[in-house]
Amino acid sequence: MILGSALSDFGDAIEFIFVAQESRAGGSEVGGTQLLGLLWDHLALSAAAMAIGIAVAVPIGVWLGHTRRGTFFAVGVANVGRAVPSIALIAIFFAFLGTGFVNIALALALLAIPPILANAYVGIRQVEPEAVDAARGMGMTGLQVVRRVELPLALPLVMGGIRPSAVNVVATATIAPLAGVSSLGDPIISFSVYGDAGRLGASIVVAALAVATEVTFGLAQRWADPLPSQRRPVPA
Amino acid sequence: MIVAQFEIRDDFRERSCVADNGFCPNWIADNLDRYWAPLGEHVYLTLVAVAIGFVIAAALALVAHRHRRLVGPIVNVTGILYTIPSVAAFFLLLPLTGRGRTTALIALVAYTLLILFRNMIDGLDSVPEESRDAGRGMGLTRRQLLWRVEIPLALPAILAGLRVASTTTVGLVALAFFAGAGGLGEQINADLAFKSNVVICSVLCVVLAATLDGLILLVQRALTPWTRAVSA
Amino acid sequence: MPAALEFREASKQYAGARAPALVGLSLRVEPGETCVLVGPSGSGKTTAMRMVNRMVDLTSGDILIDGRSVREAKPAELRRHIGYVIQHVGLFPHRTALQNIGTVPQLLGWPKQRIAERARELVALVGLEPELADRYPAQLSGGQRQRVGVARALAADPPLMLMDEPFGALDPITRDRLQDEFERLKERVSTTIVFVTHDIDEAIRLGDRIAVLRQGGELAQYATPGELLLRPADAFVEEFVGPDRSLKRLALLQVSDVELEPVGAVASSDTPLSPATSLRDALAALLQEPEGRLPVAEGGQVLGCLTVDAVHAKLRREAGAPSRG
Repeated sequence: MILGSALSDFGDAIEFIFVAQESRAGGSEVGGTQLLGLLWDHLALSAAAMAIGIAVAVPIGVWLGHTRRGTFFAVGVANVGRAVPSIALIAIFFAFLGTGFVNIALALALLAIPPILANAYVGIRQVEPEAVDAARGMGMTGLQVVRRVELPLALPLVMGGIRPSAVNVVATATIAPLAGVSSLGDPIISFSVYGDAGRLGASIVVAALAVATEVTFGLAQRWADPLPSQRRPVPA
Repeated sequence: MIVAQFEIRDDFRERSCVADNGFCPNWIADNLDRYWAPLGEHVYLTLVAVAIGFVIAAALALVAHRHRRLVGPIVNVTGILYTIPSVAAFFLLLPLTGRGRTTALIALVAYTLLILFRNMIDGLDSVPEESRDAGRGMGLTRRQLLWRVEIPLALPAILAGLRVASTTTVGLVALAFFAGAGGLGEQINADLAFKSNVVICSVLCVVLAATLDGLILLVQRALTPWTRAVSA
Repeated sequence: MPAALEFREASKQYAGARAPALVGLSLRVEPGETCVLVGPSGSGKTTAMRMVNRMVDLTSGDILIDGRSVREAKPAELRRHIGYVIQHVGLFPHRTALQNIGTVPQLLGWPKQRIAERARELVALVGLEPELADRYPAQLSGGQRQRVGVARALAADPPLMLMDEPFGALDPITRDRLQDEFERLKERVSTTIVFVTHDIDEAIRLGDRIAVLRQGGELAQYATPGELLLRPADAFVEEFVGPDRSLKRLALLQVSDVELEPVGAVASSDTPLSPATSLRDALAALLQEPEGRLPVAEGGQVLGCLTVDAVHAKLRREAGAPSRG
């Protein structure tokens, strides 16, 4: 029965996650604690990509929103970003720049930018003009207005863009091994070394990691909301 | 003789370009036909996945529209399906459905559900309450109200969701080769270091996504003339 | 053919509410009459109206249209023969004005040609510029939208029409104009109308009979406008009608309703009053005269003289108190 064999497959996979075993090719240890190393690589790659992405996207999005220009660009960038397949991005960076942690982190950062930028833009734009007006009237400089009024009020939406972006980066980091960079995708890409159980086990961990990322950033988003009663619009 | 020399030189340039894994327009022009089949698979998977996703999401939306308390649970479930990375999903399904298109389609369809469902529900919710009241008061049955008033007015949101779902699915189908379903991703993977190959596949993906986006936009314009009417 | 409408001890109690919304409403509306339900918020007037087309269901009692209970027919079927106009109109944004108007005829299965003709006919009837007929609601002003709303309600030539504060969301000038046109429209359309408003002036202006409801959903008085102004049933009605009810009453009467005195010495510069002038406007003019009298003339011929005392006497006679002469 399919279900029976499926269950045993999952059983093997769970075992792979928690118990180190010998690799298919022999000679090295895989699974169990070795997975932790891959998990760390995966997180490091994702974190680096998100850091770069946020550092680029938030200031640009905030600036565009604050100065109220570039709607077409901000929204367009989100649309275009959706259309580019993640694997294409990785492949292009790999083909043109070669392998390496930094290269692939940059590729992932590029993937992360569109939703964050679009949300940062919308987030700043939707801040009540009266609040901004009052702030200026009180004598705040442009930068102070951004820091003290616009950004806090835009924060939930910005987080609302970071969240799916982070999940997407974590998901895409899975195929980083295609470009020679280590991540939890190793057992999936290098199937011969890890075997069925390894591949399935890694998939389970990746899925769990993605869900954990979503939940964590979801909580962060709610925590960052200065006005919990407002319902955020659905952008990216 | 001279012509032959030119030809040899061009040929040499092309071959060395290819040998260097470079970006070679000539080579691309010559070898375009090897990309049609993967493109075809890609289009097939995208259209089928979005179509099935649309039908399922529509059914869910109609039910949730009647029984509001189902909206939360449906959003949660489809949200989890959305969060699970497609590559992981392919292999999680593998023990159950094996390699091939079916596995890929199941994961792809699951991914579209959240976007489509949420947009459909939001669209139905955005129908003005007084139009609903007037419709009922004039003698429209619940079903007539749904099909003649609510759904047409929800179309802009529904089609917007369809656009997003289509473009994201194109991107995901590029990973479908992990499930053994072919597509342009397989082609990228076949020669990851060759710039020409990678570029042409990427371009085809983006063009496909843009085309679908544009087509749905045209449909939207045709079906919702009142959204473009200039306000008094 | 306009329908007769009867409320028989109609009551509504919402589940979980402390007090009933409507208590034992009983009244009869004759065919072709306009009955205005008026009262403060919480008086149950809208509830009563919505019970007629079963948008709200009766808790007890009954409502009869031409002798048949509203409970008998299926709601959707019932509603297709009752015109329904609400405050915010509720036009369908995705249909043009003409298409909106044709909604009920389409539901009833009229042939396309007939629907188109009827729609155009109604566009003219409600005073909407013909070129606006193919516009979408978003392209129309508030007043234009409400005209379309009224046209839509009249499309299938219903014997009964319900109107819930139809002019409430409009600016005062537009409201005034639409009230004017509505008065004229009533003459050209034969249908029984139930009209809900919180504005006593609107009620007096538009109603053939007025039902004043008090908070708590009870009927305080059901009478013609004149009756209501002259003899308010109790303190609540009196206060609701307003302290200026005498003046309101005068607005309902004309110069021709009063006995004129023979023409005496009048200054030639005095502009004569027309017999059709309302007594309220006439009184306003009279009060400006040092003698309190003005000539009345029609077609160049002087008919007599109107005095402040005569107006006063008229008012007192109507109220039934002994005239002070």
